[in-house]
Amino acid sequence: MSAPIVLESRQLVKRFGGILATDHVDFRLPEGARHALIGPNGAGKTTFVNQLSGVLKPTSGEIWLGGVDVTDWSARRRAHAGLARTFQINQLFADLTPIETLVLTIAERENAGWACMRAVGARTDFVTEAVQLLEQLGIGEIAHTRVGQLAYGKQRLLEIAVALAQKPKVLLLDEPAAGVPEHEREQILDVVAALPSSVALILIEHDMHLVFRFAKSISVLVNGGLFVEGTPEEIANDPRVRQVYLGEEAVHV
Amino acid sequence: MTDQTHSTKPSPEAVAARAVLLGRARWGLPEIAFWAIAFGAFFFMPTKLSLLSEIAILGLLALSIDLVLGYAGIVTLGQGAFFGIGAYAAGLAAKYGAGAAPWSDPLLGLLIAGAAAGLIGLLTSFLVLRGSDLTRLMVTLGVALIVDELVNQMKWLTGGSDGLQGVLPAPVLGVWDFDLYGKTAYLYALGVLFVLFVIARAIVKSPFGLSLQAIKGNPLRARAIGMPVNGRLVAIYTLASVYAGIAGGLAAQTTQFASPDYVAFHRSADALLMLVFGGAGHLYGGLIGSIIFRAMQDYLGNITPQYWQFWLGLTLVALVLFVRGGILGLFAKMRDRVLRKGEPA
Repeated sequence: MSAPIVLESRQLVKRFGGILATDHVDFRLPEGARHALIGPNGAGKTTFVNQLSGVLKPTSGEIWLGGVDVTDWSARRRAHAGLARTFQINQLFADLTPIETLVLTIAERENAGWACMRAVGARTDFVTEAVQLLEQLGIGEIAHTRVGQLAYGKQRLLEIAVALAQKPKVLLLDEPAAGVPEHEREQILDVVAALPSSVALILIEHDMHLVFRFAKSISVLVNGGLFVEGTPEEIANDPRVRQVYLGEEAVHV
Repeated sequence: MTDQTHSTKPSPEAVAARAVLLGRARWGLPEIAFWAIAFGAFFFMPTKLSLLSEIAILGLLALSIDLVLGYAGIVTLGQGAFFGIGAYAAGLAAKYGAGAAPWSDPLLGLLIAGAAAGLIGLLTSFLVLRGSDLTRLMVTLGVALIVDELVNQMKWLTGGSDGLQGVLPAPVLGVWDFDLYGKTAYLYALGVLFVLFVIARAIVKSPFGLSLQAIKGNPLRARAIGMPVNGRLVAIYTLASVYAGIAGGLAAQTTQFASPDYVAFHRSADALLMLVFGGAGHLYGGLIGSIIFRAMQDYLGNITPQYWQFWLGLTLVALVLFVRGGILGLFAKMRDRVLRKGEPA
C-alpha cells in the first residue's frame, strides 16, 4: 500500500434521526485502486458513496480528495477536482441524446459550459472525444437516439460513459450491472474491466461474480460501519463475512 | 479501433455526428416563412397594425417565459412583474426625458427597461433556486403582487391607478415618429422581437442552453458532472426578466401609456396560457400562442362580447387534455409519425 492515497474518509458519521447510517468509517483509496465495497442490503453503501461524492453532508468526520479536505465542497466542485460517479438508478438527461450528453459533460470539464453563442456541435474536439467514448463503450450506434427511449442496458453503459467523460481520478461505480438483463451484462463487465488503470475505482456491488472478477481489494460494510477489509481471498475465506453477509452461499474465487 | 486513433483528423463518425449536432441549429424553411409572413403583415394587414404590435409584444413576454419554463423548467406566475417594471422604466424615461435628448430615445428606453427588470430579476432569482414547482409558483406570484402593490401606492412616481400619462418617446433612431396607424410601432416592436429572438435562439442551441435542459431533466446528475446549477438558473432567470422588461418597455412606448394593468396578475397568467397554448420549449410556442390567443380574443370578442372567455377557456382545456405539449407539440408528434413511416421497420 505504498501508492499515494487519492480518496479518504476520516471518522465519517451520518445520522438520519436515530439511525446511524455511517458509523465512524475510516476508508483509504490508493491511486489506481480496484476496490469493491460490499455489504448486505441497508448496510449504508449508497449513503457512504453519496457523502463521498457530495450529494449528502456528513454529520461529522472528514473527506479528503487528492490530499485536500473537501468535506464542505459541493458535488460540483468535487466533480471538477476529479471525482466522478455513476448512480445505482440511472440519472440521465432523458430529453437529450447520448452525444449531446457527452459533449455537454466534456464542455463542463473544460469550463466551456457557459458558452452561449456557439452551437453545441461547434467544438470539433469535444464531438470527436464524445464519439470515441461512445464507440469505446460499444454504443456508437445510438449516439443520436433520445436517452429516454434507450433500452435499460444502453442507459447503464451511458451512465459509465458520462462518468468517464469527466476524465476522473476517482470513479465510484454504484452497482453498474444492477437490473441489466443477462445478455447485456457481459458488455458492462467488459467495460468495467477495461477501464484505464490511471483511474482509482470503487465498485459498490451485490453481484459477487463481478466483485471477485474485478476487485483487488474489498471492504465489507455492515450496519454503517467498516466490518472488515482485505484481498478477495481473505474476504472469501473469512468465516465472519460468510456468516454476516454471504450466508450459506458458497463463494468461488 | 485502427491506427486512426493517432491521427489528429476527426474520424468520419465524428464529422457525421458534428453535422447532426450543427444541423439542429440551422434555420429551417418554416422558420424563414414565419418571419417573412410576420414582416409581410405590415403590407397586407395595414388596418390591424395596432393589434399586431400588441401580439408581437405579448409574444416577446411569452418567449421570456419559455426561456425559464420551457428550457430551464422553472414554473413562474410572476413574469408580468418584470413586464410592468420595464413598462414603467421606459415610460418614465420617455416622460421625463422628453425634449432632453437622449433620454427619450426609444432604444435607450428599452435598455433602461431591460436593465431595471433584469436587476429585480437578478435580486429575486435566488427565490426560485430551491423548492418545488408549487413553491416557485407561489414565490413568483408573491413577487408580482408586491410589484403590483408598489405601483399602485407610489402615486408620485407612477401616477397610481390613473396610470402614467405623457409618455412621449422620441422618433425611433431619430427618424420614424410613432404614428396613429401603428406603422412605426409594428415594425419597431417586430424588429426588436426578431433581434431578441435570434439571440435567444442562439442561446438555447448553445452548450449553455443545452445545460438548462439538462438541469431541467436531472439536477442531481447536472451537479455530478460539475455543472454550476444555481449559476445557470440565475443567469437564465435574469435574462428572461430582461426580455420581459423590454416587452413592457415596448408596450409603454407603443401605447404611450403605462398603467397598473401592465403589472396585473392576469398579464402573467395570460402569457403563461399563450405559451402552453403554443407549446413550451420550442421558442416559437409563445409567438404562435400569442397570435392565436389575441386573434381568438379579437374574433370571439366581436361575435360574443360577453362569453369570449368561455370559449377561450374551453379551447384551452381541450388543448391541455388532448394535445399535451401545445400546438407545436402536436406538430412534432405528427412529424415524428410521418418520419417513422418513411423508415424501414
